[in-house]
Amino acid sequence: MSKIRDYVPIVGESTIEELFLLAERLKGKIIQNINSTAVGGGVAEILIRMLPLLQDLGVNASWGVIKGDEKFFHITKKMHNALHGVDASIGRDELDYFIDVNRQNTQEIMADADILFIHDPQPIALVEQKDTLGRKWIWRCHIDFTNPKKDVWDFLKNYIERFDCAVFSAPAFSRPLAIRQVLISPSIDPLSEKNRELSDDLVNGICERFNIDRGRPVITQISRFDYLKDPVGVIRAYKMVKKHLDCQLVLAGGGATDDPEGMKVLEEVHREAENDPDIFVLFLPPGSDIEINALQRASDIVLQKSLREGFGLTVAEGLWKGKPVIASAVGGIPLQIAHKYSGILTHSIEGTAYWIKQLLNEPEYAAKLGVNGREHIKYNYLITRHIRDYLLLFLSLYEQKDIVSL
Amino acid sequence: MATTFRFLTRLNLVELLGRRAKNIPELLEGLRLVPGTSIYYHTHRFLQQHHYLSPEPPNDFAFWVTNSLGLDSLGERLASVDTVSFPTIRDLRTKYLEILEFYSQGHNARNGDCPEGQEFHFMSFRTFILPTPYEARDLKEFRDILQKVSINSIYFHIFDARLRLKKGKNDFSNWLEEMGETQLAREISRLDPYTITFEGLRRDLIQRVSRHVKNS
Repeated sequence: MSKIRDYVPIVGESTIEELFLLAERLKGKIIQNINSTAVGGGVAEILIRMLPLLQDLGVNASWGVIKGDEKFFHITKKMHNALHGVDASIGRDELDYFIDVNRQNTQEIMADADILFIHDPQPIALVEQKDTLGRKWIWRCHIDFTNPKKDVWDFLKNYIERFDCAVFSAPAFSRPLAIRQVLISPSIDPLSEKNRELSDDLVNGICERFNIDRGRPVITQISRFDYLKDPVGVIRAYKMVKKHLDCQLVLAGGGATDDPEGMKVLEEVHREAENDPDIFVLFLPPGSDIEINALQRASDIVLQKSLREGFGLTVAEGLWKGKPVIASAVGGIPLQIAHKYSGILTHSIEGTAYWIKQLLNEPEYAAKLGVNGREHIKYNYLITRHIRDYLLLFLSLYEQKDIVSL
Repeated sequence: MATTFRFLTRLNLVELLGRRAKNIPELLEGLRLVPGTSIYYHTHRFLQQHHYLSPEPPNDFAFWVTNSLGLDSLGERLASVDTVSFPTIRDLRTKYLEILEFYSQGHNARNGDCPEGQEFHFMSFRTFILPTPYEARDLKEFRDILQKVSINSIYFHIFDARLRLKKGKNDFSNWLEEMGETQLAREISRLDPYTITFEGLRRDLIQRVSRHVKNS
């Protein structure tokens, strides 16, 4: 596991010094993160990396996971889709079940935590305990909130406004609320297995294992098999390109324990792929980070053709590896890509196909996009910036002024 | 007796105000109502996020008007506001309001909504000021520290001190004047830090100070 000082060669000594200065001010405070899954998905991924670094800085941070059955996660999946704007009817009985499961999980709250940091809607109703327990409560929303369905929004808003503060990943998710709202973009870890430098031999070896030909262009989308990531749309874009240019498509991802829909999407993807030997549909088991890293590094173009997106960490991953990235202009993706400067933003299957052809035919321009993209990620979307924002967020709970001298 | 210069640093936490604009009248209304820190945020954000780029993108208002409303001429007017010449955020706000009000008088601005999803989102921030371990007692120490202090510290003393903390001048020039280095103080005051990358600014400061170290 990385130590905080391991990041000095990447972000510089002064950046790490500042983190220590902030952490010092949080001495004596206990912070507990609570979410609904220990593995899979962006939230668990970032917590696994971030907690040891916070602890290394001297911050007393811990992590609890609520427990739920299949029915609970089926309801929260529908809730997730509804927040993305997808029609999903959730009955009163289902909402009651959701609240019951939250109440059954109150024992997950640490007795001595000063700050409860609740991630996403699944454990949101734990905030009912605020009246009895006190403490500072933060709700961290990792989901695209651009067009939430009104009934689900109304249900959640009732809980959100009981928190001291809500945190969103992109400005478009902000809406009038009676509480403070903070913008904190997620981040990637440049030293994680998924993002660290890899030798060519290792990359080649992994490609050989999957029978991917490194002599021909490779286009890759890494994401879990989910309708909102539009893997079928990716295959259709690839088919348009394939009429004119020889290339291969890699669709690779895993599944999270709170995502029962994945298998159904995977079946549709196989059907759309029609046994094309140049389409590689890889359902990767948990812990395949090196494989994902190698597949991104072996790619000529990285795609993220999501229909909705929270932030889209795979975009940051692709950019950090210096790859030209073509991605949908949804959720937090426009924060990561300045169109035609640090990547390409598209709005359709046809647009995606058009830009794949452009970039495959203009490798110098594609390379320039990759270089600029990496710089942008280095300054704004690495884990050290994320840690800094969290430390400031925790400190801000105890301060009222706009300018605070620490 | 010579005074020491204590380098401070500052870190910002960005806040969302829950207010958005989809056309010029809504932008104007927001500009009138949001707190001064929001005006400061939107006129300094690109400096922060894209500080490795030159030329840097302009302020958020100009960027949005140009890219989301397609109003190139108005965008250019907003982009050309000479931030460094305004002593207070209130003056800066007044300037943007004047430009937008003038435009609104000649155009039916309400007809021009941006595409859905490209609304302007008003934001603000909280600033946390921290002491660094660095203290300079003379020009040579000052130059050596400039080489290693974080870019956030330089930003604080150059940008925040003058406009946000209402000191009227950057901290470096104030200290240099106290040290009797009036010429160097004037040189740094005259710089337009808005048209240079942060690392470029650091290099420029170090070069200027180095020249005076040699001459002293």
